[in-house]
This record gives sequence, structure tokens and C-alpha cells, in this order.
Amino acid sequence: MAQLQEKIAKLFPQATFEEADVLTINIADAQLHDLAATLRDDKDLSFDYLMTIVGMDWQKELGCVYFLNSTTHGTTVSIKVTTADRDNPMLHSVSDLWAVAGIYEREVYDFFGIIFINNMDMRRLFLSVDWVGYPLRKDYDANPELNPVSIENERQLDTTDMWLEGPNGKIEKKTRPIFQKDDFVVNIGPQHPATHGVLRFRTAIDGETIKKIDVYMGYIHRGVEKLSEGLTYQQTLHFMDRLDYFSAHNYHHGLCMLYEKAAGIEVPKRAQYIRVIMDELSRIASHCLFIGTYCMDLGATTMLFYTLRVREQILDIMDKTCGARMTFNYDVIGGVMADLDPDFVKDVKELLAVVPKNIKEYNKIFTGNVIAKGRMNGIGVLSREDAISYAITGPSGRASGWACDVRKTDPYSIYPELNFEQVIMTEGDSMARFKCRVAEIQQSADIIAQIIDKIPEGEICAKVPKVLKLPVGHWYQVVEGCRGVFALYLESDGTTKPYRLKIAPPCLPLAGVVDHITEGQKIADLITIGGSLDYIVPDMDR
Amino acid sequence: MFDFSIITNWIHDFLGSTLGMAPWLVTTVECVLIGVGLLLAYALLALFYIYFERKVCAAFQCRLGPNRVGPMGLLQSFADMFKILIKELITLKHTDKFLFALAPYLVIVASVLAFACLPWGNGLQIINFNIGIFFLIAVSSIGVLGILLAGWSSNNKFTLIGAMRSGAQMVSYELSIGLVMITMVVFSGTMSISGIVEAQRDTWFIFSAHLPAWIAFIIYLIAGTAETNRGPFDLPEAESELTAGYHTEYSGIHFGFYYLAEYLNLFIVGGVASLMFLGGWMPLHINGWEGFNHVMDYIPSVVWFLGKSIFITFIIIWFKWTFPRLRIDQLLTLEWKYLLPISMVNLVFMTLCVVNGWHF
Repeated sequence: MAQLQEKIAKLFPQATFEEADVLTINIADAQLHDLAATLRDDKDLSFDYLMTIVGMDWQKELGCVYFLNSTTHGTTVSIKVTTADRDNPMLHSVSDLWAVAGIYEREVYDFFGIIFINNMDMRRLFLSVDWVGYPLRKDYDANPELNPVSIENERQLDTTDMWLEGPNGKIEKKTRPIFQKDDFVVNIGPQHPATHGVLRFRTAIDGETIKKIDVYMGYIHRGVEKLSEGLTYQQTLHFMDRLDYFSAHNYHHGLCMLYEKAAGIEVPKRAQYIRVIMDELSRIASHCLFIGTYCMDLGATTMLFYTLRVREQILDIMDKTCGARMTFNYDVIGGVMADLDPDFVKDVKELLAVVPKNIKEYNKIFTGNVIAKGRMNGIGVLSREDAISYAITGPSGRASGWACDVRKTDPYSIYPELNFEQVIMTEGDSMARFKCRVAEIQQSADIIAQIIDKIPEGEICAKVPKVLKLPVGHWYQVVEGCRGVFALYLESDGTTKPYRLKIAPPCLPLAGVVDHITEGQKIADLITIGGSLDYIVPDMDR
Repeated sequence: MFDFSIITNWIHDFLGSTLGMAPWLVTTVECVLIGVGLLLAYALLALFYIYFERKVCAAFQCRLGPNRVGPMGLLQSFADMFKILIKELITLKHTDKFLFALAPYLVIVASVLAFACLPWGNGLQIINFNIGIFFLIAVSSIGVLGILLAGWSSNNKFTLIGAMRSGAQMVSYELSIGLVMITMVVFSGTMSISGIVEAQRDTWFIFSAHLPAWIAFIIYLIAGTAETNRGPFDLPEAESELTAGYHTEYSGIHFGFYYLAEYLNLFIVGGVASLMFLGGWMPLHINGWEGFNHVMDYIPSVVWFLGKSIFITFIIIWFKWTFPRLRIDQLLTLEWKYLLPISMVNLVFMTLCVVNGWHF
């Protein structure tokens, strides 16, 4: 880290540094783009993966924190940029460096009103076009009269704004249309079986061929980040069940680790084992559901019932221990909420016995089918470079050959002690994404098999005060959800409530890449590709 | 084997001689009777198929299927039918109202006309003339008109895409079906439906015409599945892409008509397959096995026909609940690059077989 700091200090003498769990570089907006370009392109640094952009309101100033990761060196660094202009805040865009930045900057614009110069698409991302105010600013007026519930049809713009910097440094606002004049635009969603939730694609098609897709989200945006700012740390946990409800355990695990790291709490070994087993069980259940719904999208309805059998078994196991089938709320700060059910080990072993048989059956019915091959092979190819640039993590990223499994690259909990290999494929098409998930079911089953007999006895939860108070500071935590890298950023002002809790889900970039990989494909391929990315809408909307 | 023409002739004589009706009146009364019988059979078969498909599908999916309404859920279809009959016909704004209302009738008329051609049993056939097969092909292709109209008049982009897909699909696959039928007509030497059945008195065509008939049978099964818009060829109504395709905007009994026609087209495909390959209502006869043939003759001809047709439709239902859906370009590739050339070559092959007498 010191070496890194030295090198950057040499190149950018104006930069100042903050030591936290992640090295933070403070830089002025004028040099942001240069610094970002250097960090990305320099051979020794090569921070080619933009993990998230955190919009911030420090009362006096607005700003952003960029989290960058190097896929070659595995290091993480953050850049902090501020602007004191609250009425007309502007920062420079990095969307030309990382493709995913375009959608991240739209999110920051939506919640903080920060305009990104040279971003070609500055529209709101989640809120409706006529929303008044920027909700995550600390001085936001939440008066319902300002934003009444509309009974009109949804308003929508056919143009988008952009603020472009001319050669003389003058910033000009421009407007451009989203679609061409004679495009035949079909509205797929928000209520459509293929979008797996309330997501909307405005799709310009030419016959059966897709020309362009414009993604609209936010239909189930609940403002979890804003709500968290008014709740105590313990109270914020239950939101994690309601993001990606299939990775509820994994997300809980992430947020608990973030708070534990901030508070310096040591989690008992038994709780760590339980957490990891639950994470992996979730992963099996999630991937099983993926296979079922994906096959159903492709018309093979019968598969859904075969995969649900395994998922049902897992939900029963969870039900016995956690008391719920969906919203578990099981991990708590310091450990887990309740001890394992007496039958837990027996039930899990029964599950592990049927998993390989089921995978064999899935492959027999579907993977080898000539129609399935024709539908998936070579459809929606995502190269490794694009996967990194668009921040496509999880099984979708690994199918493109990017080893992005946080359990390996930045191991947490007891994962370093476990013996497993990342599932990496190189084709990057829908078939690879499908096969990658099938392989990960086996991988998770193997991980559980390694530890199911070794769960240590002892405490299930550390001693934690009823109302947790964290010191002033900021922390960053990454975990592997079922769909990819789930990142959390916490800024604390020393009270019992988070000053700012940023949730960076894996599904937002997944939606952002749809336009890129569907261009020139058929309408039916949109279903294939969208299904194979396996996004969960509540996760991207939050 | 019981000849149903005894009954029909008796009715004819009863109306004409006993009641002393004028010939035109006799024809009218007979037409009404047949029409009622036909529609009744049509509706009952559709109800049977709804139940049958749900049970078969449930068995494939480790479920039970309908089992609450009536014993073993047998009354489920009737309940569904009454529900659909009392549902509101929703009229939409900005649609072409006349064409919108006309489209389901076109579909159902095409289906009923084709249905009327089927040889139900010995002497139990409604339309029987010397170009029966030709008539069957002609009327069954009216249906696509109804589908195109439905897609167009609904004023909805999804239905339009569904209708265009359906148009392309049905027009393409009709070629294969036509060629397969001509292949079998070449073998039987007649276009009359009763003639084709009669020609299979000793052996069914699937056995007597051996290789070319097997090829034709397989092509017919694939093309027939596509012709009825069923999985894996259900692109016009691919629910995960186009919600419900061309009939998205229909409600109540108008939707019911599409549903009915879909199931009956399934039966018609099965019926025509059994007519052309499996001897229609003709029992299984094996040359020389007199005793066996005699036993087979005891099974009523209607049972033979229904049994064969339902067996074929079971295979088609099996397809649907096993395979994923094709994409539109793959669908057309399959037809134009594989099925059509193969059926053309097969036609020549069959002609050679017939000319040289290479058959049983």
C-alpha cells in the first residue's frame, strides 16, 4: 500500500492520502480524470475494475468516492472527490474509462444531483422524471406534498441531457434523442414474464433484430440507503433480506462483517462456520432456481419443477433453523441469531446426497438438448475485457474468463481454510453462464461437505451491546453474493446510526450490460441473454 | 365390423320415406343434425384435451394435475368452460373492431371444416369426396388468416410480432405437410379420404410403404407440431417473449375460440396422421393371421380412430413438455433447409417405389 501511495504521490503531487481499510486518494475534480486514467492504464497499477461510485453529502460539500480494484494485482484503492457548490455541483465523468461508470454516475445524479461532465446520458435512474429534490442529500425535504403519488400514466422523456466540456473548458448543456426517428420501439416490461421482476426495456427492433435497448428501473426502488440513515445499526440488517432475496444470507453476512470490522468485534468460530454453510446453501438454492426459471424462459417448463425440488429441500432446512423460508434475518452483528436445528447436519447430508444426481438429470434433460444448444451457444458473448469494464461479476463474469470470486480474491470468514477452485469458463456466451452456475452448485455442495462435520462447539454470537455505536470513520466490505460482488460502504459520524450506508449490488451492472450484448441479436435472444445474466430487480433497485 | 352407414341410411330413409319430407327438407334436417353432432364432438374433444394435457403435463412435472373438481378432477374442464363462457368480452380502444371480432371465427371455422373431413369410423364420415385430402389442406390454411387478422387488429406491437411469426411459420410448414400428403397420395393412388382408408385394409401405409413412409411420418410429426403452434414451435405465443402472442388482447369466449382451435388442431393433426399412416379407423390387420384379424375387428372402428389420434397427440404433447423453444430463424432454417428438401427427395423416392413396385 505504501508503494502504491508513493507512486501516485510522485505522479500527482497535489493528491493527499487517507489510511483506512482501503487507501483513499483525495484529489481535486480537475485532475480526477487524469488520475483515473493513470490508475487504469499504468502497468503497475492497472485498476481496471470500477467497483462502485459512492455519492456522498458531507453537509458542507458534496462528492463521490470511487472504489477501484485491480484484477491483476488484487489491490483496492479509493478516490475521493468533492465539490463545494451545492446548487450546481459538477464533477468530471469517468464513463469513458469504465463502461459501468455511466450507470453509476446516473445513480449518483439521481440521488445527489451531481452532474457529471461528459457523461453522454444524464437522466435520473430510479426516480421518475419529475421528482423534486435529491433524496440522499442531508437537506432533502421529504414532505409528501412535494412529490405526491401520481395517478397519471408514467411520464417519460424521449431525450436525454448531457453536459459537454468544449476545448476552451466551457461547459455546454446539450440534448439528444434516445431513439432514432423511425425506430420501431417495443416496450418490454415492466410487467413482462421475461424481465424477472419489474424491469423495463424499451427495445428498438428491426423485424426480429434488436437495434437498441434502453433500460428503465426503479419500479420497486424502496430507498434502502436512505431508510438506513434513520435506523440503528441492528435495524438496518433486515433490509439485506429484501435486496437479492436469494442471497439473503450472503448479504447479511456482508453487512454484519462490515459492522463487526468497524466495531472490532470478534465472531465466534461456530458462528462463522454456520454463516458459511448458510451462504453456500443459499447459493445452491439460488442457482437451482436460476436453472429452472431460465429453462422456463427458453420454453422448457418442466425443468422448473425438477430444480425446485432441490430448492424446496434447502428452504425446509433453512426453515427449521432460521424460522423462515425467504426473509431469514439470521445473521446478526457478532454471530447468528439462533443455534442450528438438531437435525441440521442430517438434513444437509441428505441434501448433499441428492445434489449430484440432480445435476446429472438437469444436464441430461436440458444441457445436451440440441435446441438448448442452438439457443445458447454463441448468444450474448461478453469478452473478458468487457466483463471487467461493465463490472459483470459473479458466475456471469466468471463465464467470460474473469476470476472475480471474492471468496478467492479477497477471502473472508473461514473461506481461506477451505479447499475449492473458482469455476472459470472462457466462452462468455449464455451457455457458459448457464454451465458456470450448474458447476457452482456442485462447488458449493463440495464446500459444505468439507465443513459440515467440523462445525465447532461454542458460542453462536459474541457479546454485542443492544444499541451499537461505531467510531467516526469509514469502512468498505465486499462479499460474494449468488450473483456477484456485493460491496458495502459505511461512513460513521460516531452515533448509533449510519451517516451513509452505500449498497453496491451486483445486479445493477448486469442490467447495464444488456444493451451492449443484445445489439444485433433477435428478440428471443434478449430472453436468453437476460435470463443467463440472472439479475434480480429488487437488488438493482434497492 | 359394424358399418355406421346403416344408421345414417336409416335416418335418411326415415326422414324421406316414413315422414315423407321433400328432398330439400331432408337435406336441411340432416345438415342441422350433423352440424349439432359435429360441434358437440368438437367441444367435448376440446374439453377432453384440456384435461388430458394437464394430466400428462402434471405427470411429467412430478405433480398431480387437476384433482379437486369432480372425481379425479374430471369436471375441471367443464368448470373452466363455464368460467370462460361467462367472462366479459372486453372491447379495446383504437382497434379495428370488425376484424378484431371476425378473427376468432375464421380460426374456428377453419378448424371445424378440417375436423369435418376426418374419417371417424366405418361409414361415419361427413364430407367424403374424391379430392378430400386436397380440401383438407385448403381449409386448414384459412386459420392463418384469422391469426394474422388478430395480430393486426389488436393494435398491439406484441400481437403483431406474434402474428408475423405465426404467418411465416404456418406458411412455411404447410409446404412440408403438403408434400408429405402428396407423398402418401402417390402411394395410395387416390385423394379420397375413404379411398385412402380402404387402401389400408390389409396393411397400414406405415408398414406397407416402409422407408419413405417412415421419413414422411417423422416430417409430418414435426411439421404438424409447428402447424399447430405448439412447443417447441410455439413462437407465435411464446409466453416468455410475447406474453401471449397474437391472442394477447382477447378475452372471454373469443379467447376461448383460439384455445379451442389450438386443441382441436392438435387432434386434427393426430387424426390426419392416423388417416395417412396408421389406417384411419382401420383395425390392425396382419396378412395371414385370420384369427388375430378377426379379434381386432371386434374393437369398434371409432375406438381405433380415436385411439390412434390420441396416441399421436400424446407424442406431440410430450414434445411440448420436454423441449425448449426454437428461435424464429432456427425454426425457418429447419423448415427451408432440412424438412422441405428432404420431403421433396422423399416424394421422388416414393414415386420410384410405387413405379417399381418396391413395397408390400
